[in-house]
Amino acid sequence: MLKILKYSIFDLLRSRWSYVYFVFYLILGFVLLFLNNDVNKAIITLMNIIIVLTPLIGTIFGVMYYYNSKEFTELLLAQPIKRNKIFIGQYLGVSLSLTLSLVLGIGIPFVLYGLFKSASIFDFGLLIVVGAFLNFIFVALAYNIAISNENKIKGFGYAILMWLFLAVVYDGIFMILAIKFQEYPLDKFALTSMMFNPIDLSRTLILLKLDISALLGYTGAVFKEFFGTSKGLLTSLFILCLWVVFPLLRIHLKLRKKDF
Amino acid sequence: MIKIKNLHKKFGKLTVLDGLDLDIEKGGIFAILGPNGSGKTTLIKCLLGMVVPNKGEISFQGNNILKEWNYRNNLNYLPQIANFPANLSVIELIKMVKNLRPKQANEQELIDLFGLQPFLKKKLGNLSGGTKQKVNLVLTFMFDSDLIILDEPTTGLDPIALIYLKDLIKKERDKGKTVLITTHIMSVVEELADEIVFLLDGKIYFKGSITKLQEQTNQTNLEHAIANLISKQYVN
Repeated sequence: MLKILKYSIFDLLRSRWSYVYFVFYLILGFVLLFLNNDVNKAIITLMNIIIVLTPLIGTIFGVMYYYNSKEFTELLLAQPIKRNKIFIGQYLGVSLSLTLSLVLGIGIPFVLYGLFKSASIFDFGLLIVVGAFLNFIFVALAYNIAISNENKIKGFGYAILMWLFLAVVYDGIFMILAIKFQEYPLDKFALTSMMFNPIDLSRTLILLKLDISALLGYTGAVFKEFFGTSKGLLTSLFILCLWVVFPLLRIHLKLRKKDF
Repeated sequence: MIKIKNLHKKFGKLTVLDGLDLDIEKGGIFAILGPNGSGKTTLIKCLLGMVVPNKGEISFQGNNILKEWNYRNNLNYLPQIANFPANLSVIELIKMVKNLRPKQANEQELIDLFGLQPFLKKKLGNLSGGTKQKVNLVLTFMFDSDLIILDEPTTGLDPIALIYLKDLIKKERDKGKTVLITTHIMSVVEELADEIVFLLDGKIYFKGSITKLQEQTNQTNLEHAIANLISKQYVN
């Protein structure tokens, strides 16, 4: 598996898109820092971008890589290697190379700006961790969709719909429900529904770490009580892990019966 | 060497293999023939473990191979379409495949044979179809395995490379290897095959030597003999 991983990363690190992605974050990091002149504000803006963009890029890269390497995967399948190892190796290759672009792309400007001397280093660390999680989660989801759809166009379509649903539509539905039932206590409902969407979960996690929960009113206070504690933080990270583990399990099960 | 018993495979509603039985003895070149969609590639892929059959047994060198993977170390496979990661160079790909198999490889000899030396540092994405097929051939033949499976090996090759390929296949046979070939080019079959396995409707319709086939169909020309077998499908 490590060999497959190594060569997937090798292949991806030479692809133009990894660099485009890296340079994009690099420029974004510099621009935000020098325009805001404030690490904290830059982190918030960056969070808003990362939380929507990493899932999208992860989804597209995941689906694209699967379909593009199909024939090569067939060659690997004829070698004495277990099926699982091939796909998990490729999955890790895509996720890690995307994460590398993210970490280096926004890491370099922040370090140059003097991140290590600022108090925001933990917030920044959390942002990176969440970004990495989102990469791993969405590449895994994209792989699931690609494995279940032989048709490229369909696979792409479903993957983009999945992203759209989790990044935009889910919040809309949540909002409508919250307005409809505003006479009822909604904090439990809000907390639970957050767990079922990795994007919302990540966003809340960072917002509350940044101490701007006062803006969120009563529900914010409830959230603060939950996410602010280390128990809440650990629970959230654990749930993000589950978001990686379950799609991977499904890939594993699907592969046992899949024909190539 | 290969024993297949009562193999069934359906893709959705389409039955591709329908209770296929096949015995392949060790040594010799076996041409797997049949009209388009007769299940040649599916049969090969079942053997490789890429397609999971609905029913049936396959054994290779006396061991059951379904859900196993280790046995693949003792076979070489040439896929029909060669498409490699575009950003790796030829030599990197060869090294990678070597790295994946715990076996000795004699790639240099084959690189020289197919004249791939000038392409070794080039990226695979920039190679022509025929050159890719040559790389594909190097990857297949560089290991010393008892079974060699070739799915349409002649695609895209120039006449000289084709001659080299035929010699290569004959040499492997002389070493006592078993070679399975699928192809639509009858001259290749005529020149190489010791035995013909003809698939029709997901079953083995004919298995035997070329002479036996000619006798059975009353045709002296192999192309016509095969056409004769295929035409039975159209009549029914």
